[in-house]
Amino acid sequence: MFGYYLDLALRSLKRHKVLTLLMVLSLALGIGACITTTTVLRLLSGDPLPQKSGQLFYPQVDPNAKEGYIAGQTEPPATMTYVDAMFLLHAHRAKRQAAVALTSGKIAPQRANERPFYSDGVQTTADFFGLFDAPFEYGSGWTAADDEGGSQVIVIAGFLNQKLFGGANSVGKTIRMNDHDFRIVGVLKPWSPQPRFYALDLGGHDYGGDGDAMFLPLKTAMDLKMGPQDIECYNAVTDVDNLAAAPCMWLGVWAELPDQAAVADYRTFLANYAKQQVAQGRFSRDETALLDLMGWLRDQQVVPDDVRLQAGLAYGFLLICVLNTVGLLLAKCLRRSREIGVRRALGATRGAIFGQFMVEAGIVGLVGGVLGLCFAELGLFGIRHQPAEYASLAHLDLSMFLFTFVVAVMASLVAGLLPAWRACAVAPAPQLKAS
Amino acid sequence: MEIRPILTSLRKHRIPAALIVLEIALACAVLCNAVFMIGQRVADIHWPNAIDEQGISVVTVNGADPKLAVSDIPRNLVALRGIAGATAVAAATSMPLDHNGALSDFTATPNGKTTVNTSIYFLGSGGEQALGLHLLEGRFFNAEEYADSGSKDFNSTGHVVLITQSDAQRLWPGQSALGKTLYTNDTGWTVIGVVADVLAQDPRFSGPGGRYSSVFFPLHPDGVMGDYVLRSAPQDRARVVREAAQLLGKLESGAVVDGTTYADMRTDYFADTSSMVWMLVLVCVVMLAVTAFGIVGLTSFWVGQRRQQIGIRRAVGASRGHIMQYFQTENFLLSAAGVVLGTALADGINLYLMRYYEITRMPWYYLPVSAVALWAIGQLAVLGPALRAAAVPPVVATRSA
Repeated sequence: MFGYYLDLALRSLKRHKVLTLLMVLSLALGIGACITTTTVLRLLSGDPLPQKSGQLFYPQVDPNAKEGYIAGQTEPPATMTYVDAMFLLHAHRAKRQAAVALTSGKIAPQRANERPFYSDGVQTTADFFGLFDAPFEYGSGWTAADDEGGSQVIVIAGFLNQKLFGGANSVGKTIRMNDHDFRIVGVLKPWSPQPRFYALDLGGHDYGGDGDAMFLPLKTAMDLKMGPQDIECYNAVTDVDNLAAAPCMWLGVWAELPDQAAVADYRTFLANYAKQQVAQGRFSRDETALLDLMGWLRDQQVVPDDVRLQAGLAYGFLLICVLNTVGLLLAKCLRRSREIGVRRALGATRGAIFGQFMVEAGIVGLVGGVLGLCFAELGLFGIRHQPAEYASLAHLDLSMFLFTFVVAVMASLVAGLLPAWRACAVAPAPQLKAS
Repeated sequence: MEIRPILTSLRKHRIPAALIVLEIALACAVLCNAVFMIGQRVADIHWPNAIDEQGISVVTVNGADPKLAVSDIPRNLVALRGIAGATAVAAATSMPLDHNGALSDFTATPNGKTTVNTSIYFLGSGGEQALGLHLLEGRFFNAEEYADSGSKDFNSTGHVVLITQSDAQRLWPGQSALGKTLYTNDTGWTVIGVVADVLAQDPRFSGPGGRYSSVFFPLHPDGVMGDYVLRSAPQDRARVVREAAQLLGKLESGAVVDGTTYADMRTDYFADTSSMVWMLVLVCVVMLAVTAFGIVGLTSFWVGQRRQQIGIRRAVGASRGHIMQYFQTENFLLSAAGVVLGTALADGINLYLMRYYEITRMPWYYLPVSAVALWAIGQLAVLGPALRAAAVPPVVATRSA
């Protein structure tokens, strides 16, 4: 039966080439636009650390003045002062914790007559690598003792190791950064979470790139006056070089909390800390927050507005395309009223007619899907050549590949419903009489 | 043209007619909002900026030894002045649209509060001329003010400041800003001049309030200055920036040196905005094409179905023009219904977007303009099928279908 419908559908599609082409093309354009934007949206709103994101939490406290504070509505700022960050770290209430700030450093070339260059870096504490599962190619991270002592040690990314040492094991070697010598203790494998969740609101890009090039102890960076990328001060500053005491926020703190009980404990601990600071007069707001990684990404609206608008636009466009296909299918099937009348008169049931037209719509959907996939690849190719920071990420993966066909066939079947229903409602007698 | 027979005939084809109306409505709604977004973004790209954008080049020197700045910056400036075609040269801390926000709160009273982010620019001697600042009131900095002004904790240790026209009007509405004192916390600076509006370092981050909120402080040679600003005739700028970058590369061998023309800097800042504009334009064009083809397809079917009717009308005296008019009027009516529905939908979408995105209220004139556009497209799409209908010979009436 299905084979027969298939044959009928193909014949009918072949008979009205222009109409068929219009249907397939309009469906394909809609699907192409949809898949392109959905792919980008999915990439950008994806989980940067799927194996661990549920255990990573981002504590926030609020040292701002009372002015402008509305209890329960004002969210605490995205970053922390050094004093608060160090208190949380030294309290050891989580399995692992790290304080993070971004920086950049001038790296001296290893060979003579090459120019120095700037690389992005992270100032952080020893547990950073374990906390975020950053994989090591050679060596390891530094120790808590290095943190305390401000040792001039550094972990570099694989691509920087490639650039400076041709990819050889460089652990123990020295690089010169900002005119100071640093001993390499570890080299990372390629590691570039998308989005760069640990650096949101610290200044710098959220997406794209090969990841940060170097990682060094926070205290070392402070001793050497390597300023963070972003500083926000809530009071008059008297000495900005002394960041440890300045009323400025510039650190993000991350905590690994393995279960619900640990999260609840940490929440209480954080709330108590804020209350205690208010009692001591250092804080005037006792608002705190402890979002998990995905919650933090949502809160910061990390996916650019333009990407979400584009996706909305593409869905609107697909709707128009489906509507268009409905119209064209309907036109076709009403034109074939006589054929339907003959088939019905010869004993075909309404169900058979319905099936025949749905098969025809399904074929349009499949072909539209294949063509739509081409359009999507074209669209993603276009996006890869855009100046946006996420451009290089835009690639179709297997699940989106399959999703394309699901969307295409679904869209065409939905589009086929009305025409097929109209077709099977055709009464045979008047059609036969007319001829 | 008689409308009633058209309506009667449409009533018999409710579903196809409804489909066309719906398609036009959706297209109208999407078009309105997309065109509005395009308009907003194009306006962003053209934000005016009262510096000599076409003549300026910027060479950024990063990682030079700050301890040597006092002697190295004057030496570098002397060398840069030697470049043929460079009419003014100065050092500065940052440039409009360089993404490197140095923001602070400035108020007209000590320890005041404001939500406006003001961009801070420090200029080395001659910076006003190198940037091409446009003085509206007062004067520029003098040599003495340059000599005794430093920079500490993000603030100027000097006593004078230049502000933009927007800030002057915002802080001292209805009065002259000259001689007034501008405060951050309890530190004050005397306003000695008002310049035409200069953009912030990162106006998108600063928001509409901070877009043209910029202050200029004088600064003696200091390690925080990493930008060398060169001004030349627009046709010389490519050569000037190349030569300047080479020169500074030699003089500052330990630093990282990058040169770019200001025109490129501006293009760079708005690169993703303009790519979004092109994407929106593409979607609009393809969407209109799809809608038009939908109309062509459905109307052609319609014409095909009514060949005999058309023949009869022709046989009883209707001219080709009458037949054409029939289909055109029919399309006009369908478009009208679609456009009415579409403008309501467009307004709804705009209200929804305003809630969740940084989008303002769509001005009313977008609605009639896109309505007219869709009418025009409908008429254009129906032209082919209508011509085919008009070509149906009267003799068709005599043949049984």
